[in-house]
Amino acid sequence: MATISADNHGLRLAVRYVVLTLIAVIFIFPLLFMVMSSLKPSDQLLRDTASLRAFLPVGDIGFDNYTDAFSRAPVGLFVFNSVLVTGVTVLLSLFLCSLAAFSFAFLKWKGRDLLLGIIIATLIVPFETIAIPLLLLVSKLPWIGLEGLQFGWLNTYRVQIIPWIADGLTVFLFVQYFKDLPRELIEAARVEGASWWQIYRRVVMPLAGPVLATAAILKFLVMYNQYLWPLIVVQQESYRPVMVGLQYFFQLDTAWGEIMAYLTIITVPVLAFYLVMQRAFISSIASTGVKG
Amino acid sequence: MASKLTTSNRAGWGFALPGFGLIALFIVIPFFFAFYLSLTNQRLISPNPTEFVGLSNYENLLSIGVLTLEPERDDAGTIIRDDDGLPEYPRVRSFTRNNPDFPQYAGMQEWFRWQSGDTAKVVVATDVVFWKSLWNTVKFVLVVAPVQAGLALCLALLINQRLRGINVYRAIYFMPVVVSIVVVSLLWRFLYSPDSGLLNNMLQGLTFGIFEPRDWLGNPDTALGSIMAMSIWQAVGFHMVIWLAGLQTISPMLYEAASIEGASKWQTFRYVTWPGLRNTAVLVLIVITMQAFALFAQIDVMTNGGPLDSTTTLVFQTVERGYGKQDISGGATISVILFLLVLTISLIQRFLTRER
Repeated sequence: MATISADNHGLRLAVRYVVLTLIAVIFIFPLLFMVMSSLKPSDQLLRDTASLRAFLPVGDIGFDNYTDAFSRAPVGLFVFNSVLVTGVTVLLSLFLCSLAAFSFAFLKWKGRDLLLGIIIATLIVPFETIAIPLLLLVSKLPWIGLEGLQFGWLNTYRVQIIPWIADGLTVFLFVQYFKDLPRELIEAARVEGASWWQIYRRVVMPLAGPVLATAAILKFLVMYNQYLWPLIVVQQESYRPVMVGLQYFFQLDTAWGEIMAYLTIITVPVLAFYLVMQRAFISSIASTGVKG
Repeated sequence: MASKLTTSNRAGWGFALPGFGLIALFIVIPFFFAFYLSLTNQRLISPNPTEFVGLSNYENLLSIGVLTLEPERDDAGTIIRDDDGLPEYPRVRSFTRNNPDFPQYAGMQEWFRWQSGDTAKVVVATDVVFWKSLWNTVKFVLVVAPVQAGLALCLALLINQRLRGINVYRAIYFMPVVVSIVVVSLLWRFLYSPDSGLLNNMLQGLTFGIFEPRDWLGNPDTALGSIMAMSIWQAVGFHMVIWLAGLQTISPMLYEAASIEGASKWQTFRYVTWPGLRNTAVLVLIVITMQAFALFAQIDVMTNGGPLDSTTTLVFQTVERGYGKQDISGGATISVILFLLVLTISLIQRFLTRER
């Protein structure tokens, strides 16, 4: 009797793992196919789709597709542009959004609730509904640079960075986190004569590690994966990020090996980063849900 | 005392202003600007000054009518039928072009028609492509929102059990979320391709060759559905994680109580789990709906709106007009309509799931 139920338990456990694994296959197979195909010549790649060889590194394996992709398009430049735009935006976003949230969470001032209300209200405005008016706006904005006063931000790095620094969700995440910190900490520092800047810098930010990670990861994913915005504001190749650079490969229905190589180059570093930081990625998405 | 310590107009404004100023300039102003632009004939670059045109942009987009066509009859009054026995009708153009008797249909084109008895009803609109994009977007939302939310909940329930190595599965299910939708779209274009596409080959293998390979994205009947399936695949892990966070807020005591009472698995879900997920459900639905209404990259990479406008969407039209044709006011008008749709649906979802 006891052995039967033990077997039964083992069987049920096995069934669970089989179900979990089958579902995992559904999520993994396109990505596995992408990486494996990037190593194969295009004609072999097409032949292999008829069998499970599509998912195996077999046959004529090599890095020719990668060198071909680099010679077809300025891949290095696109990667550099994306890293620059993403990095600068994430850093500025963490600084300015946490600074604003600090003010909303700890200070009392006239107009505070109204401004915070406006920021929260922007959460229901999808970017896609303001893209076109924003395009017109940035095409006319002034800028003072090395050549003096100019108008128009199209085809620059700044048009990809500055509009994306501050957003309602990031400010909101910081405000929520700061409100859970003990207020006595702030008041004690105040009594000891610390300035607001010192309190922000020395008291609050050292405690903000988790929310900084969350905000940084969310912003990173948004920025690195940008498509619609750079598509309409950057026509010059020299400022284009990786996702728009993909258009180089759109029309090449024959050179699938090269396409897969490019997709692998721009995807695998992010996937590796995700797998290392898996818990932080998942908890950052989860935290947008619990608090919202 | 304490409140005095934290009152500071100068520091308060000073710290909040950079962040708030950027949000005001790049989100709030463009938002109101869209409403204004939709009332003008603004273009991205134009030699002529911009004029205020009232609601005519909206009229052009939204004008729609139903034409009733009587079948053609011969002199004796019998209906003329073609070789298949179907009645013949006058051409729609005879009503919409230079016909002073029907000024309300002037310039319109046929969207679709259906038969009622011997008469045919024809829906005509000034901007048929807009109506198609609206209908495609609504279809996408109506399918993707419930299916994606439901599948994500199933995955969350599956992952929310104590098993060795369960975190590995969670990490795998979430993986497509960190991959750009642009990359996913281009990759799936290959999976869906008609001749050497993986999907056709796999389906043929699984059915031992009975399955007929098809051109998933090239056929108006399957193109939008294929994009829906891919979009669900890509983002379902995102919503699984949000459901999981919701599941973990439910007290284990409630589950213990249910098991002591001898509740079945379904009863436990129905009376313990589901009520505890109400707030999460509202959030998941609103987020999915907003994401689904924003459908653009998949279309731009995979189909360009075709075949026969069967996958064009509101955002795709916004970009095609506002950026492609430099018709800022036309793009802005669709943006405003899109925003009002998103707002209405969010309010309805909030109302239906409100605390009773």
